[in-house]
Amino acid sequence: MDTKKLALSLHPLERKVLPLLKKTSKFEELISLSQMQQVEVMRALQWLSNKKAIVLHEELKELIRLEENGKEYQKKGLPEYRFLRAIKGEDTVDEIKKYTELSDEEATVCLGHLRKKGFISMRKDGASLVISLTEAGKKAAKEKHTEESLLEKSFPLQAQSLSPAEKEAILQLRTRKNILASDLQKIITAKLTDLGKKLSDEDIPDDVADRVTSALLKSDKWSSTSFRRYDVKINVPPIHGGRRHYVEQAIKYIKRIWLDLGFKEMEGNMVQTAFWDLDALFVPQDHPAREMQDTFYLKDPAAGKLPKLASKVKDMHEHGGTLGSKGWGSKWSSEIAMQNMLRTHTTVLSAQTIAKLHEEDLPAKYFTVGRVYRNEALSWKHLFEFTQVEGIVVDPDANFKHLKGYLSNFFKKMGFEKIRIRPGHFPYTEPSAEVDVWHPTKKQWVELGGSGIFRPEVVEPLLGKDVPVLAWGLGLERSIMEYYGFQDVRLLYQNDLKNLRESKLWLR
Amino acid sequence: MPTVHFNKDVFERYVGKKLPIEELKDRISFLGTDLEGIEDNIITVEVFPNRPDMLSVQGFARAFSSFIGNETGFKEYKSTPSHEKVIIEKEVHSVRPYTSCAIVRGMKFNDETIKEVIDIQEKLHITYGRSRKKVAIGIYPFEKIKTPIRFTAMKPEDIVFRPLDANKEMNAREILEQHPTGQAYGHLLEGKKMFPVFLDADNKVLSVPPIINSEETGRITEKTTDVFVECSGFEYELLSKCLNMILTAMADMGGHVYSMQLEYPDKTITNPDFEPTELDIDLAYVNKRLGLDIKEKELKHLLEKMGYGHKNGKVLVPCYRADILYQIDVAEDLAIAHGFENFEETIPNVATIAQEAPKEVLKNKVADLLVGLGFQETATYNLSNEEHQSTMMDSNIKPIKLANAVSLEYNVLRAWLLPSLMEILRHNSHYEYPQKLFTYGITFSKNNSTDTGVGEKIGLAIISSHEKADYTEARQIVEYILKAFGAKGVVEEVEFPSFISGRASHITIDGKPLATLGELSPKVLKNWGLEMPAIGIEFSIETLFEHINKNK
Repeated sequence: MDTKKLALSLHPLERKVLPLLKKTSKFEELISLSQMQQVEVMRALQWLSNKKAIVLHEELKELIRLEENGKEYQKKGLPEYRFLRAIKGEDTVDEIKKYTELSDEEATVCLGHLRKKGFISMRKDGASLVISLTEAGKKAAKEKHTEESLLEKSFPLQAQSLSPAEKEAILQLRTRKNILASDLQKIITAKLTDLGKKLSDEDIPDDVADRVTSALLKSDKWSSTSFRRYDVKINVPPIHGGRRHYVEQAIKYIKRIWLDLGFKEMEGNMVQTAFWDLDALFVPQDHPAREMQDTFYLKDPAAGKLPKLASKVKDMHEHGGTLGSKGWGSKWSSEIAMQNMLRTHTTVLSAQTIAKLHEEDLPAKYFTVGRVYRNEALSWKHLFEFTQVEGIVVDPDANFKHLKGYLSNFFKKMGFEKIRIRPGHFPYTEPSAEVDVWHPTKKQWVELGGSGIFRPEVVEPLLGKDVPVLAWGLGLERSIMEYYGFQDVRLLYQNDLKNLRESKLWLR
Repeated sequence: MPTVHFNKDVFERYVGKKLPIEELKDRISFLGTDLEGIEDNIITVEVFPNRPDMLSVQGFARAFSSFIGNETGFKEYKSTPSHEKVIIEKEVHSVRPYTSCAIVRGMKFNDETIKEVIDIQEKLHITYGRSRKKVAIGIYPFEKIKTPIRFTAMKPEDIVFRPLDANKEMNAREILEQHPTGQAYGHLLEGKKMFPVFLDADNKVLSVPPIINSEETGRITEKTTDVFVECSGFEYELLSKCLNMILTAMADMGGHVYSMQLEYPDKTITNPDFEPTELDIDLAYVNKRLGLDIKEKELKHLLEKMGYGHKNGKVLVPCYRADILYQIDVAEDLAIAHGFENFEETIPNVATIAQEAPKEVLKNKVADLLVGLGFQETATYNLSNEEHQSTMMDSNIKPIKLANAVSLEYNVLRAWLLPSLMEILRHNSHYEYPQKLFTYGITFSKNNSTDTGVGEKIGLAIISSHEKADYTEARQIVEYILKAFGAKGVVEEVEFPSFISGRASHITIDGKPLATLGELSPKVLKNWGLEMPAIGIEFSIETLFEHINKNK
C-alpha cells in the first residue's frame, strides 16, 4: 500500500487524531488531547479503522459511582456505624441523634438496620427508647467493615476489579437510597497497526484542501493547493430524477413503429354510443357482448345522438343493405344503438375514421393506442381499464397476405421473431385470425391479439363501397408484463414510487 | 363462447381416422376453433359463436373429417315423409309464432348418448338460442305422443301438467313461481296473458316452451327409439337451421329422419328442409381479397374440404351452416382450406405519409419539460369514485356516474386528475421525499353539444410534495411550461376548497381556463393520511393546444 497516497487521502479529522494515537489508545484521552467533539473523534477512528491503520476495540465495562448520599457517607462515614459507635452504654435514641447529628429519618433506618444485624438491644423507658450494644454489637463497633473500606476507595470503581465480598457489599448498598449507581460504559481503545505507524510517520502537508471553492479560485493559492484523495470506490447514495412511466415509454415506442410504417394516428372519445362501438361494426344487437356483464353503461347522460349514416347501418343489419348480404335478418332498434357506454375496443375509432374517408384518400393507414373498458372486477389477470393497439389499412388492393406482413413486421420490432395466425372469430371481420407470437424463452406460442379483414357489411355503410380494410387489435399490457417480469397486471398501474424510481427503461 | 369437451375416442370414431396427437392439436387449431388442450382422452375446445353446428361431437367431427381430407364434400342428409303433422294455431302467433319440427326413428339411447343429446340441446339453448330467448328446443319420446300435435296458446292457469323433475301436477303459472326452471326462464314470458303450449291429440301437455317439458311425455330413456324434435321461437329461419343441426347430429348417430307437415294458418310447410342453399361467389373477388390465385378446378377441391358442394358454378351451402351471410363467409372457409399457415407475409409497396396526432405531440413535449424538472410520471385510471373526486378533496364536484359498475371504487368518470395523484401520495408516504409526480388523463363533464352529451378533455395534473412545497413553486412550474411555448397566462385569485384560501390561483389564456393551482389545505392532506405539505396543479392541455394553434 502506497502510504504516501494513503496519507494524502486522510480527512482533516483523521490527520488530527492520528499523531495522538502514538501517545494513547484510550478514546477518552484522545478526546481531551485533541480538543475535538466525541462524535468527530469517533468518525476519525472509524475511517482509520476502515483504512486498516488502527484496530478498534470496544469493551463494555460496568462502573460504580457515588450518588449524593454516597458522597456524604464517604466524608462522614456510613450512618449505621456512626450510630453504633456513638452508643456508650445505655443511651436514648434522642441522645444519640444529638450526638451524631443524624436526622430522624436516618436514625430510624439505622435502628432497623442494627437491630436486624443483632448489634443492639432496645427497651422502653417511659416515653423514650433506650439502646444498648449486644456482644456482637460491641465487636462490630471495633471492626472495620467491607462497605466502609469500599467507601474509602476512589470512585468510580470498575465492577470487574472488585472482590466477591466487595461485590456483595455493593449490591447491599445499591438497595439503599442514593448511595451508589452503576453505568455501562463503552471503553474504546484504538491501537495503531504497522500500517498506522508508518502512516503516522508520513509527512502530511497542512495545506491539503478538502474542496475546490470559488474563494480558493479567486485567491492566488489555487496553483499550490493539493486536494485530499477520495476513496473513489466506495458506494454512493442513489439519486432519482424525472422519468416517463414505463407504460408511456412502451406506448411511445409502439407509436414509432406504426409511424415509421407510414400510419396516421387516430384520436377519439372514451364515451361512445353503442352505435359506434357495436352497431357500426355489424355486431348484432342481441350479441352477448352487449350485456351488462361486459360493458359499462352511463347513468346520465344515458343516451346520445345517432349520426345520419345510422339508417344505412340499420338497413345492413336488417337485410344486408345494398350489398347482397343476408344481414342479421332481425329488427334493428335505434334505442339500443343510442345507449352511452365506455368503448370496449379501439375499433370504434377505426369505424369513425373509415366513415370520414373518401375514395381519393385511399390507400390510407391508421393506428391508435388507447384505453378501453370492460366491466370486470380487478384481478391479477384482468383490468377494467386497459390499453389496446389498433391498426387499419384501407386499400382497394389490400389482401390477407398483407395482413400477415404488417403484423409480422410489428412484432419483429417488439422483439418477437416468429408469428403465426390461426382462424378465429370476430363479428366484424371475415376472415378473422388470432395472432400468436413465439415466446423466445417460454418456447411456446402466446396469443397477443386478434386481426382480420373487416366484413363488407361493416365497410359499405361507412365508406360507401366494399373496400378491403385490414384490421388488428393487440393488448398492450401483456407485452409490457413480459418485459418487466410482472405476474400481476395490476402492478402496471399501482404507481409504487420505489418501483417507478428503480425500474429499468423500456430499452427498445 | 362455449367451451365443449369431447371424448377423444368418440370423436375419432365419428371422424373415421386417427391422427397422432401433435398433428391432431395442430389441425384442430387451424380448422377454426380455439384448442384449450387434450388431456386424459378429453378434447377441450372453445367453439366460436358463429359455428353452433360444431357444438355436437358429430358436427365437429364432420367439419374436421372433411378438413383433413378424409370425408370431403357436401354431405347429403335425407328424410322420409312420416305423414304426421303439427298444427300451429293462430292463437300462438302473438306469443311465440313459429316452430320447426321433425321425427327421428331408430335411435339407440344409452346413458352416454342421452347425455350427448341433452348436452347439444343445452349448448344450442345458451348460444344460438341466446339463453332460450330466440330459440327453445324440445326433444320428446315419440311413442308417448298421440298425433296430430298442436302448437297453440292458452291461459297459464288452464295449462295443467306434471313438469319434468316435479312430483305433482301444476299449472303453468305455478311452474313459473315454484319450479326452478320456471323461475330461471319465467322472465321470457313476462307480461304474456297467454302461454305457448304443445299439446298432443289427447290434449295432453307436451311442453310449455321455452320453459319446460312434461314428465310424462318429455323424458327420454334408454327404452326410447323414436323422438319428436321441435324448435320454437320468433324467426323461422333460425329455428329451421337449429333443427337441422340437431337432426344431422342424430342422423350421424344412426337415426333416420322423418319429415312432418307443419300446418300454419296461412300455409303448410314440410320440415325439415335439408336442401342446400345455393350461393354465387365471384372467384376474382375472393382471390383479390385473399391474395391468392385459386383456379376453378382447385375451387371445387377447397370447397369440398370445408363441407360445401359445388354444382353448376354455384356453391352449395349445407343446411346446418347458420353463418353464411355473404360470399365473404365462404372466402374465409377457402382461406382455412388453403391453410392460414400457407399465406406468405408480404408488405406491399404502398407509400403513405405518417402523422402523429398533434395533441399527442404536445403531451410528449410538456412531459419532457416536467421530466426535466425532476417529475416522475404516473399512469392512472380514468375511472374513480365520488369519495376521491369530491369528499376527500373537500370539494363538491359531481362526476359523471356509471350505471352498472361492478366495483364501488371505480364507478364514476373522473372530472379532474388531482385526486388520482393524492391517492398515489397516500400509498407512497413511506418513501423518500421530495415526491414530484404528474399524470395525464381524460377529464369528463356534461356537454350538450357533443353526440354523447359528454365532453372529454385531455388533462394533466402535477403535484410536488416536500417540506418546502409552496404556492411559488406551483406558479413557477406553470410559467416554466408556458414560457417554453412562448405563452403567457392571466393570473387571478381563486377560492378553491381543496387549496388554502389566499394560496390558490386560476390562470386563463385567451379567456379560457388553463390551470388551477395552489397549496393543498391541511384538511385535504389529512383526509388522505398525509403528513407532508404539497402543492397541486390541474392543467388543461386542450387550452394550451388551442392557444398554440391559434398563434401558428
